[in-house]
Amino acid sequence: MISEKVFGKLKILAESAKYDVSCASSGTSRPNMPGGIGSAAAWGICHSFAEDGRCISLLKIMMSNHCIYDCAYCINRRSNDLPRTTFTPEELTGLTIGFYRRNFIEGLFLSSGVIRNRDYTMEQMIRVVKDLRVIHRFNGYVHMKVIPGASSALILEAGQWADRLSVNMEIPSENNLKLLAPEKNFESILKPIHTITDHILQSKEERRKSNHAPRFSPAGQSTQLIIGATNDNDRTILDLAGKLYQKRNLKRVYYSGFIPVNAYDSRLPALASPPLQREHRLYQADWLLRFYGFNVDELVSEKEPDLDLSLDPKTVYALRNPWLYPVDINKADYATLLRVPGIGQKSARMIVAARCHSRLNSAHLKKIGVVMKRARYFITCHEIGPPMSVQDLKPETVRQLILHGPKATEGVQLRLEF
Amino acid sequence: MKILSFDGTFDGLLTLVYESFRLKVFPEMIVSSGDQGVTLFDAPVFIPAEAEKAERVWKRIKERTSREGAYRLYMVFLSEQPDAPELIYQYIRHMVASSHNIETDFAHPVVVDVLNIHRKVMREAHRIQMFTRFQQTAANSYYASFAPIYNVLPVSIAHFRDRFADQEWVVYDLKRNFGFHHLNGEIERISFETLPASVLTGNLDDRFLHPDEKQFRKLWKNYYHSICIENRKNPKLHRQLLPKRFWQYLPEKQVEKG
Ligand code: SF4
Repeated sequence: MISEKVFGKLKILAESAKYDVSCASSGTSRPNMPGGIGSAAAWGICHSFAEDGRCISLLKIMMSNHCIYDCAYCINRRSNDLPRTTFTPEELTGLTIGFYRRNFIEGLFLSSGVIRNRDYTMEQMIRVVKDLRVIHRFNGYVHMKVIPGASSALILEAGQWADRLSVNMEIPSENNLKLLAPEKNFESILKPIHTITDHILQSKEERRKSNHAPRFSPAGQSTQLIIGATNDNDRTILDLAGKLYQKRNLKRVYYSGFIPVNAYDSRLPALASPPLQREHRLYQADWLLRFYGFNVDELVSEKEPDLDLSLDPKTVYALRNPWLYPVDINKADYATLLRVPGIGQKSARMIVAARCHSRLNSAHLKKIGVVMKRARYFITCHEIGPPMSVQDLKPETVRQLILHGPKATEGVQLRLEF
Repeated sequence: MKILSFDGTFDGLLTLVYESFRLKVFPEMIVSSGDQGVTLFDAPVFIPAEAEKAERVWKRIKERTSREGAYRLYMVFLSEQPDAPELIYQYIRHMVASSHNIETDFAHPVVVDVLNIHRKVMREAHRIQMFTRFQQTAANSYYASFAPIYNVLPVSIAHFRDRFADQEWVVYDLKRNFGFHHLNGEIERISFETLPASVLTGNLDDRFLHPDEKQFRKLWKNYYHSICIENRKNPKLHRQLLPKRFWQYLPEKQVEKG
């Protein structure tokens, strides 16, 4: 029987965990072992969506919301007066297995406030994950948070049981971290990130030699940055993300629009609402960095260090570099197609494949799934028709056309034709 | 007008393709024998299914396209769209007529249409993996049911077999009135004479439920509401990602009675 106590704890510790954004459960496929339950699907499955539109894939929960630290941006900081509680390992594994067997979740995402000290907290968390794997023979997905400053030995152990490890950076620059989380420092965050990267690479290397070598955090490492709690601009943020991807091999950087949970703290800005649009643009830019071959300087410069909120970063790039367009759909290579606004990876691949069979025109592109509303100004299929490209119309006009549609800008267009 | 009809099975359709090529009769319309309303036109010629002929066509398809491409046609068939049989027929004709693999000929309307229907069916199959909710029974087995818009249960079942390998379970399609039963890796197709659950919610009758089941549903609902961030509420996005037609089957979205 499930006790009433668990109800109360689940409520408190889910509320405490909800500001953690990452929900991805993708990146490993872990086949079901004989006699065990569960498998991790490589593509990750959302099992529900909260009313805020976020995917619910994992049981995202804190082991405890007690904390000895006092980070300004965190709802669980010790100076807040709120109900505190801690799950026992049995309660947590029971919930995870019970939810998993009902297909409510892909697995567990475990974090915790710092109880007593860092290593003690890590030990308790590891115990939960290890119990799931060893006692319950659970093959589902587990994402475990690493407490900043945790010892390397504990990180090594955690990585043996979890599919993914993450250390949250939260604040993108050192001086702002000092301001908002005086008990933490960059060193205590960057060191475990480094340790995890090393172990992941090492384990990959060993597994190349032998299939029996133990896995270490096989779905890689991620982190989270809070957006808008500090004056850090998008360039600082993307620059950090770019380095984490390149130098530290991170799988994902998550961006979380700041939600003022501690309005009383004057070190924090008073925001009317969380900066969701900025968060959205950062995710788009992040995507361009990881899959579209862009680098940070192409998206945000010293002169314009913030992303344009009204247009997606690829379109902004194209408008800033009109001489690179229009791109010939029937000739351009994959990398060039990827730089066309309105063409995604999938449509770029389809264009390249379909060209072997026949010449493509704009009707084909539309059917393939190219967003012509944006793409039309940056491509040519050598069709007969009025001049359309960003070169003919000038970037500012195209910007207006994309933002407001051809109708609203009819006057502008006419003037330009003469 | 030449109309051919088949028995509504995939084998039947493949046999129809076989006969059409053998007899050089190229239909302008293909109907499933169960369909009504074709009497306005000429009487259709019925082609009975023959496993051997179907098998030969299927083999031929697999020679001319990737494994994925072949299964794509099967998925289009599962869409149960009225024009799906004709589309599959056209696709096979185009495939046979071409000297190369047409799978990537995205400028060809039939190829793109097949791809688009396939995408929709895949999305529904994926949603089944997402939104299936098992209820534990008093006998320690698990039961889930819902009504997918396409006939995707057959292609979703392998996922559940892998994931819930040590559970006995039933997944049931309420709309088409059949389902699958799993025990120790063996899967069997079943059909209930009397449904043990509500057609509206898929909820099992109370007398079959495990004593913990209601608690777990409550816990999940409780969790579901706690995890939402009020300042970020977005009803439009929410409905887009979690279509309303699934709500009635999800414990976190069900309205408690009484
Ligand atoms: S250590 Fe973590 S839980 Fe504790 S106050 Fe800081 S952010 Fe919150």
